Amino acid sequence: MNILSLFVLIPLLTIAGIVMVKDIRHVKVVSGIGTGIQLIMSAILTFLYIQARQSGDTSEMLFVKDLVWFRSLNIHFAVGVDGVSVAMIALTSIVVFSGVFASWEMDYLTREFFISLILLATGVFGFFISLDLFTMFLFYELAVIPMYLLIGIWGSGPKEYSAMKLTLMLMGASALLLVGILGIYFNSAPEGGNLSFNIIEISRTTIPMKAQYIFFPLTFIGFGVLGALFPFHTWSPDGHSSAPTAVSMLHAGVLMKLGGYGAFRVAIFLMPEAARELSWIFIILTTISVVYGAFGAIVQKDLKYINAYSSVSHCGLVLFAILMMNHTAMNGAVIQMISHGLMTALFFALIGMIYGRTHTRMINEMGGLMKVIPFLSVCYVIAGLASLGLPGLSGFVAEMTIFVGAFQHPDTFQRVATIIAVSSIVITAVYILRVIAILLLGPSEKNSYELFSDARWYERLSTVTLIVFIAFIGLLPFLLTSMTGASLQPFMNKILGMNIF
Amino acid sequence: MNAGIPLSYFLILAAVMFFTGIYGFLTRRNLITILMSVELILNSVNINFLALNRYLFPHKLEGFFFSLFIITVAAAEAAVAIALIINIYRRFTTINVEDVNIMKY
Amino acid sequence: MTDFNYTLWIFLIPFLVFILLGLAGHRLKARISGLLGTAALGVVTVLSYITAYFYYFRTAGINDVFRKITVFDSTWLHFTDTLEIKMGILLDPISVMMLIVISTVSLMVHIYSLGYMKGEKGFERYYSFLSLFAFSMMGLVVATNIFQMYIFWELVGISSYLLIGFYYQKPEAVRASKKAFIVTRFADLGFLIGILLLSFNTRTFDFSVLTDPQGTAIAHSSGISFLGLSVTTWSMILVYLGGVGKSAMFPFHIWLPDAMEGPTPVSALIHAATMVVAGVYLVARMFPVYFFAAPAALEIVAWIGAFSSLFAAIIACTQTDIKRVLAYSTISQIGYMMLALGVSGYGGHDGLGFMASMFHLFTHAMFKALLFLCAGAIIHAVHSNFMIDMGGLRKYLPLTHLTFLIACLAISGIPPFSGFFSKDEILAAAFHHNKVLFFIEYAVAGITAFYMFRLYFTVFRGEDRHYHTVPHEAPPTMTIPLIILATAAAFSGFIPFSKLVTSDGKAFQTHIEWGIAIPSVLIATTGIGTAYVMYVRNPSLPGRIISIFKHSYKLALNKFYIDEMYLFITKKIIFRYISEPVAWFDRHIVDGTMNALAIVTQVVSFRIREFQSGQLQKYAFFFISGTILLALTLIYLLH
Repeated sequence: MNILSLFVLIPLLTIAGIVMVKDIRHVKVVSGIGTGIQLIMSAILTFLYIQARQSGDTSEMLFVKDLVWFRSLNIHFAVGVDGVSVAMIALTSIVVFSGVFASWEMDYLTREFFISLILLATGVFGFFISLDLFTMFLFYELAVIPMYLLIGIWGSGPKEYSAMKLTLMLMGASALLLVGILGIYFNSAPEGGNLSFNIIEISRTTIPMKAQYIFFPLTFIGFGVLGALFPFHTWSPDGHSSAPTAVSMLHAGVLMKLGGYGAFRVAIFLMPEAARELSWIFIILTTISVVYGAFGAIVQKDLKYINAYSSVSHCGLVLFAILMMNHTAMNGAVIQMISHGLMTALFFALIGMIYGRTHTRMINEMGGLMKVIPFLSVCYVIAGLASLGLPGLSGFVAEMTIFVGAFQHPDTFQRVATIIAVSSIVITAVYILRVIAILLLGPSEKNSYELFSDARWYERLSTVTLIVFIAFIGLLPFLLTSMTGASLQPFMNKILGMNIF
Repeated sequence: MNAGIPLSYFLILAAVMFFTGIYGFLTRRNLITILMSVELILNSVNINFLALNRYLFPHKLEGFFFSLFIITVAAAEAAVAIALIINIYRRFTTINVEDVNIMKY
Repeated sequence: MTDFNYTLWIFLIPFLVFILLGLAGHRLKARISGLLGTAALGVVTVLSYITAYFYYFRTAGINDVFRKITVFDSTWLHFTDTLEIKMGILLDPISVMMLIVISTVSLMVHIYSLGYMKGEKGFERYYSFLSLFAFSMMGLVVATNIFQMYIFWELVGISSYLLIGFYYQKPEAVRASKKAFIVTRFADLGFLIGILLLSFNTRTFDFSVLTDPQGTAIAHSSGISFLGLSVTTWSMILVYLGGVGKSAMFPFHIWLPDAMEGPTPVSALIHAATMVVAGVYLVARMFPVYFFAAPAALEIVAWIGAFSSLFAAIIACTQTDIKRVLAYSTISQIGYMMLALGVSGYGGHDGLGFMASMFHLFTHAMFKALLFLCAGAIIHAVHSNFMIDMGGLRKYLPLTHLTFLIACLAISGIPPFSGFFSKDEILAAAFHHNKVLFFIEYAVAGITAFYMFRLYFTVFRGEDRHYHTVPHEAPPTMTIPLIILATAAAFSGFIPFSKLVTSDGKAFQTHIEWGIAIPSVLIATTGIGTAYVMYVRNPSLPGRIISIFKHSYKLALNKFYIDEMYLFITKKIIFRYISEPVAWFDRHIVDGTMNALAIVTQVVSFRIREFQSGQLQKYAFFFISGTILLALTLIYLLH
């Protein structure tokens, strides 16, 4: 049994387990165990991957498995991982694990909730292990659909509106994506021969320039919508604010990373020539995302809106770095994806927990929480510090790698864009500290706060898991960068080797 | 016998009947009237069949047979339609088509 | 002991203590966590002194040149083949001197806090933050490359944030901590961009390459230029911006006076002796680059230093909060250090300014920490920060009075106290470089003496105020540090700095230039005399002077309205004219477009739906009209 297939299989088994369990209270336990196994599996995968690399296995993808699925169109179920996907898989399993514990108090349609949640995770895992564009697309859709139900049923506020908006925008994106993918498919063999959906095979050929000019923007925007590319980001604030805690966590933490990962694995990797030619348009858009998201966050009053805008800014940085098309910046993009995934999941988990106590998310209706719920407040401060890029936590490593990498770009245009993007660190500090000051510090507002209990065991488990990894990346970044950095070499070879016309 | 009534008279009569039927079908809201209009349309067609058969192909009988066929079908259709109308009336106490719209949308 | 491997513990111990107290502090007894932190810092101090001893007196190196010793240097984050962040320890004269300063003042503050913070809630939190600060400050000074320095630079910033906001339930403290962090963060943006530019140009972060006068970095620096200055000059100006922020130079000085909301020992440690001189240290560290590759930037350093010192000294004369007077005095004194670096040359006696700057940094750390700790003792005794509530404290707090007086004499530059020697060297260096700068600093020396003795006379002389309880001397945990620091403040002027800490590591001879020293002592005594006349002899005089210079007094009292300007920029411009429009734009234009798309689709579909009315007659009508149309068309076409 291929270890990667297990990543799709275990969630499916977990779902089967949830369906079969009689007692509704055991649903959570089953989900916890299932996602726990997955966390262990991803640890094993990481370990095996590093071991394989150290023993000198230099093939592009490891643990490859290829099953023909639909012969006449040459669709395969092809899986395989490199350092980047391993890191993303690890991120996903951490966030899902933590998300299950963050939604421990879910009591409305519990069974269905956890089924949808884990189905969503299945889609994400499948996406990261796929090497076949078609399978990848399939899993992408699998991840988007449960999102609609999760927000529409278990959400809060204008949930139907948000769910509809989110799903429709993502569906619109996947329409572009489908066209892009088919375009790649039909141009995958310019010199004749079999058409292919396999990423590795396509990457060995050069897609004709004319086709690249059409299909690069389509795929990039298609994935960019998911990665909150300006001006297609507006699903994010509404979606996040309406979604239940675990869904926000998973969505901002992992699903938005599908965008970055896809843009990088499909759009740039397969069509680097067009990427180089057209990158300036998208660099402008992503630079706008970075600064604009940060400014947008300053005046928000709803905690989730603040984080949604902050996600726009941080995910903008991911796409920004990918477009720089050099080793360091891309490596930074990968770290930023992981760092932001952990950090934002932590944020949303904490917001959910605070909301569970105060029943409001408006910062001006709260205050002085540090005194009444110190554990959660300290976690919130840590998340905030990670977000504003404090050394020793993951955000710093990611941002600095991106900035240094992007600044190595030989063109002045890119460097100026970098300087503009760098300025976001100040704006980030402003909105993070503003929230901390209003929400956590100061005199405690109401007497009813005295009744609050600090974090319970499952809440502690959920937050501590995330913090441990945030600090781990922040303190020992070389472990992560050495794993992802080496995997970027094929990308660099392709980019450097491309014929300049 | 051909010296009697010219063909065009029959055709004009049929056309007048047909468009009267169409007009009635489109404008009336009463199901019975609509049914009557349909009968008018059918009968105008019958007249056309018979007249054209008689004047253009006097040695053939397809037109006659066809009109007989239509009469039979029209009778069956009228029976079904009236049965439906009665049932609708029983259910809604009206036979106005605009009021019978619970299946709409 | 000359391999210096043990120096690793100098910054590992505080880090471990931070982790320990941070995670398990609330389980320990407050007293124990305080003692643990203090003991750990005691070990660090001992290690620092051992390091200093072996560095200065045992490994003088070849030809009496102090070598730069890289104890270790390991890769922390790899960017490209040439650029990587390393974590390491670099020992050279200035970093070893800084180790002494930081560990000494830190230890004093740790001991002092045992008494001062006794019974405060969050005692263990306080000590864990102090350890975090010690760790980051040590990491900053021993950094082997500019990025390591930036990392610890940010960490000291956050420690400062946490400590200013220690009383997190007090809104002023929260506001001050936020302000401090954001202002310095804004300055750090310049620092970061400067690093990016510099590294793009020189392909290295490493100090040993960057600051080598014969090295490639300096050689390659001239070349591309932008607006008349070379890119290196621009990058050094931007790097200096970071220093301006951290060292509270004009125009980023606004956070420091507010930072006085933190506990007083914290002000002594972070906002007087160590963290705020990080900017000076940064310029000193990068000095060869400034001197050889970016002289224009160095000129800016000098002028900003001079202006800040004058500006802050004037404001200090009008402030009524004892800690704020000291805060402005700190800005003013750091201005001196910046100026000294700005007027310095490189190598031998030319490097007088550099040496003087480091010398002043050292002596200032001692006497300013002492002043703050004394202020803490006074506040502890009278439970107020305001000078109006103090007076005649000489008889209640004899020990504090004595140590405070020593510190005042030291800062005013009265021989033989330490400030005299260091300030004299600075004035000498300025005199040989630029007469205008010299006269500014000369005037500031007089103003300094005036406002310090204004403080001294109003607090310790004069009439008793109405005290709720009789003020009494602080416990020994607080007075012992005062005595130790007073000794240092009195005698550290005799340390032969020109033999130890110089720009190129070579010792040189200095002597007191009496032509400068005598006038400076004279102006200091004039300042003291004026203060004596105004605040002891004739207490109604200040009021009359104020009424004459009403407007300029008001201007200075309100700190020249710089804070208001910032508030205007942030609240009015950034919040109202950038953020709110952005948020509005996002909700209404960008999101509005998306919603408009949805609405258009919906409206159109409703319109289309109306055709599908379910009414057979309508369908038939369309059908028949269509047929007729078709028939007519056909007929028309066929003819």
